[in-house]
Order: sequence, then C-alpha cells, then structure tokens
Amino acid sequence: MTRSANRPARRLGRYTRRGFLVATAAVAGGVAFGVWKAREVPPNPLAPEEGVALNPWLLIDALGVTVVVPRAEMGQGVRTTLAALVAEELDADFAAIRVIHGPPAQAYYNGALMEAGLPYPAYALTERQRWIGRQMAVLPKLLSLQVTGGSTSTVDAFEKMRLAGATARETLKRAAAARTGADIAQLLTEAGAVVLPDGTRLPYPELAAEAAAIAPPEVTLRDPGQWRLLGRPLPRTDMVEKVTGTATFGADVMLPGMKFATVRMNPRLGGPMLSFDPAPALALGGVERVIDLGTGIAVVGATTWHAMRGAEAVAVDWGPAPYPETSAEIFAAIAAAFDAAPNSTLRDDGEIPPPAAGDVSAEYRVPFLAHATMEPMNATALRTADALEVWCGTQAPVVTRDKCAEAVGLDPAAVTVHTTYLGGGFGRRAEFDFAVLAARVADAMPGTPVKVTWSRAEDMRHDFYRPAAIARFRGRVAGGRIAALEAAIAAPSVTRQSMGRLAGFAPPGPDKGHVEGAFDQPYAIPNWRVAGHLADLAVPVGFWRSVGNSMNAFFHESFIDELAHAAGADPLRFRLDHVRPVHAPSARVLEAVAEMSGWGEDAPGTAKGVAFTHSFGTPVAEVVEVADEGGSIRITRAWIACDPGRVLDPAIVEAQMVSGLVYGLSAAAMQEITFAGGEVAQENFWDHDALRLHTCPKVEVRILQDNPHMGGVGEPGTPPAAAALANAVFALTGQRIRELPLRRSVRFVA
Amino acid sequence: MRLTVNGTPREVGDDPDLPLLWALRDVLGLTGTKFGCGVAACGACTVLIDGAAVRSCQVAVADVRGAVTTIEGVGTPEALAPIQQAWVEHQVAQCGYCQPGQILQAAALLASNPNPTDADIDAAMAGNLCRCGTYPKIRAAIRRAAAMAQGAGP
Repeated sequence: MTRSANRPARRLGRYTRRGFLVATAAVAGGVAFGVWKAREVPPNPLAPEEGVALNPWLLIDALGVTVVVPRAEMGQGVRTTLAALVAEELDADFAAIRVIHGPPAQAYYNGALMEAGLPYPAYALTERQRWIGRQMAVLPKLLSLQVTGGSTSTVDAFEKMRLAGATARETLKRAAAARTGADIAQLLTEAGAVVLPDGTRLPYPELAAEAAAIAPPEVTLRDPGQWRLLGRPLPRTDMVEKVTGTATFGADVMLPGMKFATVRMNPRLGGPMLSFDPAPALALGGVERVIDLGTGIAVVGATTWHAMRGAEAVAVDWGPAPYPETSAEIFAAIAAAFDAAPNSTLRDDGEIPPPAAGDVSAEYRVPFLAHATMEPMNATALRTADALEVWCGTQAPVVTRDKCAEAVGLDPAAVTVHTTYLGGGFGRRAEFDFAVLAARVADAMPGTPVKVTWSRAEDMRHDFYRPAAIARFRGRVAGGRIAALEAAIAAPSVTRQSMGRLAGFAPPGPDKGHVEGAFDQPYAIPNWRVAGHLADLAVPVGFWRSVGNSMNAFFHESFIDELAHAAGADPLRFRLDHVRPVHAPSARVLEAVAEMSGWGEDAPGTAKGVAFTHSFGTPVAEVVEVADEGGSIRITRAWIACDPGRVLDPAIVEAQMVSGLVYGLSAAAMQEITFAGGEVAQENFWDHDALRLHTCPKVEVRILQDNPHMGGVGEPGTPPAAAALANAVFALTGQRIRELPLRRSVRFVA
Repeated sequence: MRLTVNGTPREVGDDPDLPLLWALRDVLGLTGTKFGCGVAACGACTVLIDGAAVRSCQVAVADVRGAVTTIEGVGTPEALAPIQQAWVEHQVAQCGYCQPGQILQAAALLASNPNPTDADIDAAMAGNLCRCGTYPKIRAAIRRAAAMAQGAGP
C-alpha cells in the first residue's frame, strides 16, 4: 500500500476541488454559450404535414392524439410510461393514443444524465448537490444529448412530459372557450375531448388548429392523488405489435428497391485490412457486389443470406490488433495498471491501517462480456444526391445523425434518422458504428436503399464489451463490524473510450463509472478507501447494462460476504448492521428480501446468497437460492426487493427487475468473451449462452416506495445478481469463487 | 420455387439452397419471423411446417414439404389468436424480438399437448432464447393459453 504524506491536506483539497469543478462546469456552460442560449427553449422539431404539434411531445391530427416518446423502446416500457405522463395530464384516452419516437432533436435532450454523473455517492447527495445536478442539465441540452441510458428516461420525463400534457390541455380548453363563449372554469376535459357545461363534447382534433394559435398558459401539475393512469399497471402500447410480428425493428425495415447487405470487419478489433480478394464471393450465385470499407468489406446480395455467404467467401488478409493477442496478456496489462497512480479515490474515509495478521484479502476477476442483443446489429440507409436517410434502433439518435453525416460528407441537417424498435439495447445501441457502416455502404450505391444486417458472429465479435477487470480487496473485522476496507480496481475505462468516440477527447479527472458499485455504497465503514486504476488498453469497451456496477457490485458484495464469514456473522444481518446507520431505504430493501425469501431457513440440499447494490438511485437487494442436483447446481429461486421511490407503472418496474436479474445471472454463471490471436473466440449463442426458460429461477419481486428521490429501474436489477449467486454457491458448497463466469469453477444444470 | 405460406401459395425465387427464414423475410417481406443466430441456437426464426415447430434458418426452401405458418398467420392485431391473447394478458414482451418464435414454439407444444406440465414446457421451450428474461411470463402465458383452450374461458 502506498500512502502519501500529505493526506489531510489532499483530502480537503479533493473535496474543494471536486465541488469547484462541478460548479464551474455548470457556470461555464452558461458563460461559454451565453446564458440566453442555455435558457432558450429548444425549437419544436415537429412540423407535421397535417394536424398540429402543440409542443415537441404532442401531435394532434384528424386521427387523434399522438405522443412523441423520444427515447429508445428496447423493452423497458418507455413507450408506455412516458406516453402515460402526457396522457395523464392531457386527459387523453390512453387506449386510443398513438406513440411515435419522433426525429432526433435538441428538444429531446436528457436532462437527468448529469446528476447521475456527479462524483458523489447517490444515496448521500445533498440538496445543494442535486441542485447543481439540475443546473448541469444545460450541458445535455446544449450538446443535444438525446440519449436513452443510465436508467434516466422516467426521471428526466417525469415533469416535462406531464407539463406537455397539462399545457396542451389548458390551451385546448382556452380554444374551446374562445369558440363557444363558455366560461373556461366550467369546462372539463375527458377521454380526449373538452366537455362543455351542457355536455357537448369537443374532441381535441377539432380544437387543435385554434389551440395552436394560443400561447400556452402557466399550469400547475396535478397532485398524484388525482392520477388515473400513473401509479398502476397499464397495458403496454407496444404489446399487440410485438405478439403479432407487426412491430418494426431495425432489421425489419423494408423499402422499395432495397438491396440486402452485410459487413465483415477486421476481427482483430481496430486493426487494418491489408488486402482482400472478392473473386470467390463474386463467383457465388446471388452475390452482387463487394465494397471496400478500408478495415473490412461489405457484400451486397440478392438476400441477406446471399450477402452473408458471400462475405464469408471473400479472402481477406487482416492486419494485427492494437492490443495484446491473448486473454492472458490482456489480463496482465490490466494487472499492470495497479502499479501506476490511481485515477480516482472517490471513497477515502479515515485511515487504512497497514496489513496485519487476521486481515482478509482477496483478488477477483471478471471477463469481458458481450451485449448479445437478440436482434443483431443492423441499419438501413439511403443516400441521395444531397441527403441521407437512416433507419435503425438506436439509443443515441442525434449522435447517430451527426456521425453518419460526417461519414458521408453531409451537413447533419441533410441527414434524417428514423428510430425503430430495438431488439434489445443494454447499452450496445448507444454506439453508432452499425449506422455509420450502413451509411458508408449506402454512400457507395447512391439512389439505392440498402439494409446492412450483421451475422451473429459479426455481432458477437465486434462489440463494445463490458470491460474485463481485476479487483484487490483487503479488510479487517473487529467486534462484528468492518473496521477497515481497502479496495483497488483495475480495468480499461468505458468513460474515456466512449467519450473519445463521441467527442474526440477523453475527459480528465476521476472516472466515476469505473468505480461505481464499489465506492458509493451505503455502508458504515470508518476506514474505507476505493481506488480506481485505469488500464490503457485498446480493446473496445462500452456501456453494458449497469456499466461499472456490473463488475464492482460483484467485487464489493462478494468481499462483504467474505468479511461476514470472517466475523462469524450472518451475511444478511451483517449487511443490515452496516447499512442501517447510513441509509434507511437501503436497510428496508434488505429487511424485505430477508422476509420474502425466508432467510435463515434452507431446505436440504439448497442454500441462499444475498447481495445488495445502490445504483442509479435505486437500492436493490437480491437473494438467490441454489440447489445441488446430482453434483450440478440449479438456480431455483430468487427474490428481489427494490425501492425506486415513486413508481409510475409497477408491472413494468417488476418486469425490469426480473429482466435485470436474469441478465446478471446469465453473465455470472455462463458468459465470457476471451481473446486468442487478437480475435474474440466466441461467435454465437452456443458458446456465449444465457439462462433459458428451463434454467431460469422462479422470481418474486417486492417494490417499496419509501425512497424520497425517484431512481432508475432498467439497470439496478443487474448489479447484485452475480454476487448473490456466487454467495449462494459458497453457502451451498463452501467454495468461494472469485472469478467469473462461475462455470469455470462449478457445473450448472444445462 | 413455390411454398404455401399462411395458406397462400407464394413464389420464393430460384435458389433451392436459400433458407426458409430469408425467403420469408427478404423475398416475401414477412418480417415477423426473426433472424437471431443463423445456427438454430436461439429459436427466434421458429415457424410451423405442417404444425411442427422448425428453425427456419436451417431449412432450405427446396426441403420444405408442407404448409408454412408464420407469426403473421397466427393472428393479427385486429384478430388475435387465443395464444396471442394470453401473451397480451400476461404482458409478456419486453423488447419483443424473440416473441414470435416463442409463440410459435408454444403453439406447436399446445397443439400436440393441450395440458403441458412444467417439465413439458421446459422441454419444449429450451431452444428459445430471450435476452430480456421474460421466461416467467412466457410460462404463465402458456399455462393461460392451455386453460383457455380447455374452456376455462377468457
């Protein structure tokens, strides 16, 4: 352990400097762009050919009400909950509204992204820190950050989409009053119509044109006690399409005269293409064209299958990867990061004592992970003389527009992006590589629309992976409590890589995402230090459901279990003892999951493990039960207790919690991406599988609503899963597994 | 090459090796049948041939001997089949990409086994992957569809 001599001074300086940086970033946004610019209301991007756009979230035409939900629907239910925010205040008929994604636009910036980026533990944010976070919303606004991520969609939309509905309602009432001479105070709104005192109904479409000429009034939002839609399970707006095969995913876009293509890029990720011979592909039937993309090729065929067959047949000489060739060498490079000064010590409380006999020490490892969305990466594009149109499922449509424009030499204003349903996102579709490749293929065949669909192997082997990481923990228990805890985490930085791709620079300063899930947990530990070491490694890494929490929660919550064991304490009681003094909502989810799971009583041949993580503003506790089935392990049951604060749709929250758990358990038990010869070794679901119906546990969810601040729900179910499972395996077998996936050490029922 | 798809004879081009999946999607524009893996490892492309569930990515059009049913032939948004109603009742889908394959796999199970046990459901559905983890709801919807067919009513 290295220890600098000036710790007290540094500690003061750290807090001061950090606060200063955050505050000046907010102010600088105002100064640099002009305060007027930061306060300016972004223009309404909607210009309907028919009907009226009363604000960026609401179109009313002869057919009725259409709500714009400018977030990616990737399964998490945004097209239902966000539409309900507008419908609640508008008094629209929820069963009759239509929902569209709408165009990429500044108006749809995600104002909740910055608060999540504040370098403090979210459970302990002060009102002043939250205020700073809100002021920092000018940055996503000025940068047009229309992004679906960070479990922020509902938090961001909660006020503004209700306001969109409320101002439209009051404007429509004014239009009705002006037309009929009725007293506005006597007007009601109901099921998509203004109702006059005599009972006459004026449907919104009849009033919309007149309403558009009226300045929207100031409105007061309804008290939640008056809500009729929010707070209860609604039928999802996307459900009927999705069970009838009529939902259009990116891969389903069909255009007149469209060609089908695929790509085959250098599997040594980021490496060059030295040469290629298209002749073997062109000799196959149905292969129309091979296009040179510089670091790979595209093949155009009569069908996607012909294109994929052709792509395999092209003879290519690939250049080397810009990173070590094997997993062993890559892990060695990650381990070397421990030797350099840490990038962050975002937790630095008390004094870490020097090592002594009786200390508990452990080293953990997690592998790279692929997102493996069900729908492989794809995009469709049409290049015309002076414009480009792109269709795809994307979590970042403005960035996609700008990057596609850059790739084909157009102004962003000449590029249109149509956002479809996403066949899974999990962070993978926050990238723009698949859209840019399609734009470049389209650029080579102007006038012809082309759909570019990746093979599963191409998708699996060209991801932006959850980083591999190594963590070293040392701790000491005394009197049943954690006396000291020191953690060091080494991995390549998602923040730096992704910002480099997005903006061309890597942000300086402490990387919160790298250590989230470890430094920011509500445990009472007097002497506690968490250091983040960034490994300089060119393996592409990206946002994978719950990001840093996905690995750090495994490290932290496995080690908490080890400390509980060392203290001779019950693991759940041990957690409660440390969490209760710090954060009451977190303690309550632990208490709830103990009660739900019958903690402390195990049927013969079974055992339970627990883990807890506060992430994306939501505390989640999970218990996983495993059973010995003839020497193999079956994951039999799981219990989740969460507290995301005010819940807008409990059925969707429950579904997201189960989804997050299953995603995390799949990775923990089975998944890893490894490298050999500079290439990813895995290529399909047969070697990168997930839980299936017959191996999925029974899951029970309890949702508490005591958290005073709304948290996210799309990601927080994932972080505790791996540790809960590993801790259950320990309870069952006595084997403490510190390396994922667990199937490297134990056998699971297949 | 001619196939009967959802009760209608369709021309699917002249390449006998073309997998049924791509004939449906790229030639006929029936995009309800999904491409997930191309190697029969995920079940997203499941369709029925004479009532039996098959992975359409692994069947060449020349080898199709029988009537093909895709998700578009099961029911429509205006006229849902009972199994689709069960899926809606249980609000199964999240991203939804795997669900056409799940529904056709379940339809084949229920056609041959109207009252499946949990073990029957496990065995029938093991080949259909869902990355959103909707499995508990899929199981519940299959039970519901079975009950509806047994006359338990909606």
